[in-house]
Amino acid sequence: MRTRLLAPSLLLGTLATFAACASPAPPPAPAPKGKRVDPATAGSISGTVTFAGRKPAPRYLNMGSDPACVEAVGARPRDQAVVIANNGALANVFVYVKAGLDPDYTFDTPTTVVSLEQKGCEYVPRVIGVRVGQPIEVTNDDPTFHNVHAVSTINQPFNRGQPMQGSRERHVFTAPEVMVEFKCDVHRWMTAWIGVVAHPFFAVTGADGSFRLDGLPPGTYTIEAWHETFGTKTATVTVGPSQAQLTSFTFTAAKTGK
Amino acid sequence: MRWLHRYTCLLAAATLLLITAGGMVTSTSSGLSVPDWPTTYGYQMFAFPLNRMVGGIFYEHGHRLIASAVGFLTIGLVVFLWRVEPRRWVRRLGWLALAAVIAQGVLGGLTVLFLLPDPISISHAGLAQIFFCLTVTLALVTSRTWLRPTRPSVDDASLRTRMVWLTALVYVQVLLGATMRHTGAGLAIPTFPLAFGHLLPPVWTTPIAIHFSHRVGALVVTILALANIATVWSRHRGHPELTRPALLLLLEIATQITLGALVVLTARQPIINTLHVATGALVLVTSLVLTLRTFRVRFIQAVPAS
Repeated sequence: MRTRLLAPSLLLGTLATFAACASPAPPPAPAPKGKRVDPATAGSISGTVTFAGRKPAPRYLNMGSDPACVEAVGARPRDQAVVIANNGALANVFVYVKAGLDPDYTFDTPTTVVSLEQKGCEYVPRVIGVRVGQPIEVTNDDPTFHNVHAVSTINQPFNRGQPMQGSRERHVFTAPEVMVEFKCDVHRWMTAWIGVVAHPFFAVTGADGSFRLDGLPPGTYTIEAWHETFGTKTATVTVGPSQAQLTSFTFTAAKTGK
Repeated sequence: MRWLHRYTCLLAAATLLLITAGGMVTSTSSGLSVPDWPTTYGYQMFAFPLNRMVGGIFYEHGHRLIASAVGFLTIGLVVFLWRVEPRRWVRRLGWLALAAVIAQGVLGGLTVLFLLPDPISISHAGLAQIFFCLTVTLALVTSRTWLRPTRPSVDDASLRTRMVWLTALVYVQVLLGATMRHTGAGLAIPTFPLAFGHLLPPVWTTPIAIHFSHRVGALVVTILALANIATVWSRHRGHPELTRPALLLLLEIATQITLGALVVLTARQPIINTLHVATGALVLVTSLVLTLRTFRVRFIQAVPAS
């Protein structure tokens, strides 16, 4: 009797399991718990980053070791490590909230892909910011070999080859880290810097040296400006409800900070 | 036997070329320009198109190709020894060389796959020198002057002991150099001959300590080498099998110190940096040859010529 009932029971159990697995409407992912920034009281910090003093002499890269690079941009293009406009505006500075943000705030992780190109045997853009968990896609636009070598101390370092023009490689950083260096060991001059942060309050200065951090909840923040050659500068800024604060950073030739 | 000696000389020369190529890989920071191993960007190693050997790939893939050639030559050596060499210990030395070159290849692959961890990279550099020593030893003990010396060998116990010390110290110095290179401490003290304007560094960090140890090591090796060379010159001037390598050692040490200074003063110019690596290897094997020749008297067993 027991054996006769065992087979139908097993069948029913299996069918029930399949039915449960095939359930078409999984419960929606729970919204992240924690405080949300109130747009009604959110403020901003904006400003410019400049370089004071005698501008460093421009440096030129030697791309002679790869004919494909020479064909793309010439044998000795200008090094983009230091880009200073005539009015002193400093480009490629990563500005972000380093401290002061209430850790109870939570932010949705963006699903938009941050793009980093290898073009003319240089990384374009040279400095970018991404969020923890946000995908970054590195593309080889050159008709030559590149390798993408992430030099990181907190996140997992990696080294991947991109031998084909049009190769794409996605990566997601799992922890905040300012900055992660991307190198190409085939072309020693190729460098990109990625600021990985856990919140949306970061910016990279353009040619005019300006930056803007929007949507900040009221509070007192440590803002850090990072430049690959000149080091770091910090400022403490208090943002009141709906207040737009201005702050500026001035770098000099001597490297500062870490 | 003469062809065996020529073959071992070829292998030793190829190994020096391999060490030099490896020096160029580290000096140009090309170690990770080929991210995969044993393939090269997915190609089977020997199928990688030569016209794609650009930038750092030229050094890294070139190093791999030369390493493969040395590997094949070592396999050939084992076969050659097995066919013509009557001395069992020499045949065993060949097997040891083969084991070393296989281990060296694996270490080279691992250091690429694990993104150049210092312990693996330093071991790779250290084993390279041991393998070079093995090939030079094989070249020496298969030579006519070793097998059929024209004059009685020198029997100088104190020189033997001091030569063993010198060779060991040179090897330690080579390891210190490799540690300095792979930990990025090559310019931790950016001035020469003084350290930041002082005899002793006024500040101590790990890179400065490694760098300074290499400088102190150079001084110790130079003093001991000069003492040993002076001994050879004063006691055994009639023995060219000792005076020749002693003179060569003197020249190599002078060259090596000059190159070491230039490495610092040129901020690690890749070719100078590499010549420093290669000359370091030559100092080691010259010291080894001198040491082995002081031990020649112990090898009393006559070997028939083939």
